[in-house]
Amino acid sequence: MESQLLESEQTSLADPMATRPFRVAKNQREIDGTHTIELRPADGDGFRFAPGQFTMMYAFGIGEVPISISGDPARAGTLEQTIRSVGAVSAALCKVRRDDTVGIRGPFGTPWPVVPAVGNDVMLIAGGIGLAPLRPAIYHLLRNRARYGKISILYGTRQPADILFRSELESWRGRFDLEVLVTVDSAGRDWRAPVGPVTTLIPRAAVREGIAMVCGPEIMMRFTVQTLLDRGFDADQIFLSMERNMKCGIGFCGHCQMGPAFVCKDGPVFAYPDIEKLMRVRGI
Amino acid sequence: MEGIEKLLKEHPFFEGIDAADLATIAGCGANVRFEVGEFICREGEEANCFYAIRAGRVALELSAGNGDIVIQTLDQNDIFGWSWLIPPYRWAFDARAVEVVRAVRFDCSCLRAKCDGDPRMGYDFMKRFAKVIVDRLEAMRLQILDMYGKPTVGV
Repeated sequence: MESQLLESEQTSLADPMATRPFRVAKNQREIDGTHTIELRPADGDGFRFAPGQFTMMYAFGIGEVPISISGDPARAGTLEQTIRSVGAVSAALCKVRRDDTVGIRGPFGTPWPVVPAVGNDVMLIAGGIGLAPLRPAIYHLLRNRARYGKISILYGTRQPADILFRSELESWRGRFDLEVLVTVDSAGRDWRAPVGPVTTLIPRAAVREGIAMVCGPEIMMRFTVQTLLDRGFDADQIFLSMERNMKCGIGFCGHCQMGPAFVCKDGPVFAYPDIEKLMRVRGI
Repeated sequence: MEGIEKLLKEHPFFEGIDAADLATIAGCGANVRFEVGEFICREGEEANCFYAIRAGRVALELSAGNGDIVIQTLDQNDIFGWSWLIPPYRWAFDARAVEVVRAVRFDCSCLRAKCDGDPRMGYDFMKRFAKVIVDRLEAMRLQILDMYGKPTVGV
């Protein structure tokens, strides 16, 4: 069942426009302006998703916003979403309290290729809050660790205070079967780890080939892809999660259209060859 | 000098270099070690050397009024220092060993003279350094973009 869901390109929904009430179980401040909200379905039924998918989160009376799922896909009754406060809706969602109710539509979109990656080395590269959409894939890979080759997690962010899921990254780094490299764009003298863009970690990683999953600001992903290609990764083994202002979530409204692709329906996870040309078009 | 040549053969910067050129360049090199916290160079000082890092981490720092900022770190298999290439040959930042650093240090008066005397070798060496400089410049561009900063518009 789980593998079927992970392999499916689109989760079937009875009514994709119907909002389902979820209760807030926990609101965890991660870093400045970024919170992880743990939610449970108010109707008591489960909630299943594949790593890489997103939901439309509704702050009642304020608005709806697309948010990547950041929790463990194996915890079927729990939905975790990591939200950065960047506007009225996301700010309201960051302020929710235990037992508040929010609306959820979804899950929507294509998953990370965790099933095709079986038997391969895997490199996960995240920038900033881009670690949140990759976290479900990391949970899945670690839960099924024996099915994969080497795994490298490369994470770059602005400064040490902005490291998302810091304690979890530190815990993963303590494992013997996983490589975690972290870099920041600038730091004070008390920082002893690397300083520089996340691309500089790629040549140092144990994973030299296999499947790469990349999530972060678009410019970071462009340079990351180039570095991966220079290092010998095959273009069709590189997967990116694109961010656009999704509205309907099912490819009707066109808000998230990127050339011929609808990010909400054809993405957010794309194989690089499918969007290579689109990434070079300015303003698209 | 054979020891330095052997070390340089293992460093990616010298990959594919002509054996005779490597022997010539190795003649300007010496093994060095820096302890944790030790400054390798200071901003404004004369830059008359560069380093091929064999082990450890070097932090490049700038003093910025409200404290010292690490602008970049360099690690094993990196090259550190290009100020010796361009007059007036002064270091543009402080460099400090974050971990114990083992490196090959090159005397650049020696190296400049050898490159001037053998322009073909000098050109090959320059091309290798140009790659280092371009990579470093591209990295710095990404860093100053503040890619992970809060977006100006959002919902």
